[in-house]
Amino acid sequence: MAKIRFIEHDGTEHVVEGEAGNSLMQTARDNLVPGIIGDCGGNCSCATCHGYVDPAWMDKLPPQSEEEVLMLDGAMHLEHNSRLTCQIKVTRELDGLVIRLPISQI
Amino acid sequence: MTQPTVAIIGSGQAGLQVAASLRELRYEGRVVLIGDEPHAPYQRPPLSKGYLLGEVSDGQVTLRPAAFFSTQQVELLSGKRAVAVDGARRMVGLEDDSVVEYDHLVLATGARNRPLPVPGADLRNVFSLRTLDDAVLLRARMDAARNVVVIGAGFIGLEFAASARKRGLNVTVLDVADRPMARAVSRTTSAACSREHEKAGVRLLFETQAMRLLGEQGSVSGVETVDGRILDADLVVIGIGVIPNIELAATCDLAIEDGIVVDEFLRTCDPHISAIGDVAAHGSDYAHGGRVRLESVQNAVDQGRHVAGRIVGRPAAYQALPWFWSNQGHLHLQMTGLRSTDCEEVLRGDPDGTSFSVYLFREGRLVCVESLNRPADHMLARRLLASRVAVKPQQAADMSFDLKSLLSGGHQ
Repeated sequence: MAKIRFIEHDGTEHVVEGEAGNSLMQTARDNLVPGIIGDCGGNCSCATCHGYVDPAWMDKLPPQSEEEVLMLDGAMHLEHNSRLTCQIKVTRELDGLVIRLPISQI
Repeated sequence: MTQPTVAIIGSGQAGLQVAASLRELRYEGRVVLIGDEPHAPYQRPPLSKGYLLGEVSDGQVTLRPAAFFSTQQVELLSGKRAVAVDGARRMVGLEDDSVVEYDHLVLATGARNRPLPVPGADLRNVFSLRTLDDAVLLRARMDAARNVVVIGAGFIGLEFAASARKRGLNVTVLDVADRPMARAVSRTTSAACSREHEKAGVRLLFETQAMRLLGEQGSVSGVETVDGRILDADLVVIGIGVIPNIELAATCDLAIEDGIVVDEFLRTCDPHISAIGDVAAHGSDYAHGGRVRLESVQNAVDQGRHVAGRIVGRPAAYQALPWFWSNQGHLHLQMTGLRSTDCEEVLRGDPDGTSFSVYLFREGRLVCVESLNRPADHMLARRLLASRVAVKPQQAADMSFDLKSLLSGGHQ
């Protein structure tokens, strides 16, 4: 288990328990965090689970696949710390991770 | 009734989305989700891919954890089949004689696989693939099988074929058309997919069909085609399309026409009943105002959200842009918009490779983009189509032209 802090664009915070092995997208969705959609179910096919990783955590995450880079390239509201949360699995090391959410996913 | 009730028939992706969106939108009435499968709502896309390969677990196909239904007060009635709707009294009758009263009813009854109308289709080890139960049985059979014949070179057939090759099975796919996914994609995309499946060792046979399935002691042993071939098979998978589940709608006299007919608000001719997902025939701007019935995750979730919004008092016409994906081995096919057969095809990238996009124009207007292993093109195409930006064929064809620049005031 790891505590993940999702912060909506308007500042609303959601601290939820992530189960190891589940993706951050699934974690957000299972806990009804608004602002993460994840329509494709984690297939890296829809880019509706976009989040901004807190800079302090950037290098603690697994690297992006080429597919994720390309999907994000066409996504809205892109920043240097953008990731697709379906591509990041929860681990104990991610306890305390902070993800900020974009103004909209689509 | 003590409090307002939304009843949803069908607990697939569309039905579940209505329930989830109603709660996200703070709907305070009762939400009853009725499904005839014994499982909690799950996603179907992995069933023809990762699930068969053991890469995706049962827990990962589940759409929401069990706790979701209790904390969100969604009454999930699994394994319950609705058998009749009384529109006048606003009641759904279930197979076990119980009754659910509603203020609004959402029909998300989906579709079922079209059966193969040839002798032998009822032999053992002949499968179709739609439900989790289908996938569990099929995955187990794949452990013992060596020679697979797939009948139908559509998305499901080809996704399965790619999975079966990955598991080392001999795979033959046959289809009555002259190319794979003939109704759904352009010739260019079909050709590239044919080539890549053949490279992976899949044998493709077109312009033929099964005349009968041969059996030994009740189990399938081969497929005899109309042109006289006998194909050895100890596993046959049928993927020849679906039939919308309209029977329940017929019990309450709703308009039906290859699906349940709905208006631009996704309402049936009974204003207390909506229909969404695979079963709903709706008008679409992207089909030049024509009526379409789309079998996709996008259609299911967008329509589910839309109906939930209307129920809580946010009426709007449904205008979501269709998009779709199909992963077949190393091929990642993504499409957006809707094509028609009279489109002009414009290529971006190398059609002899495995990474290109086909831009389809109709009367000079971009209507659909198919991308093979080019997710950035796909994502951009969605933005171009949704914002109805004018794209010229020569701009689409010119790799040095940045299509992103066409989005004005863009959030890039």
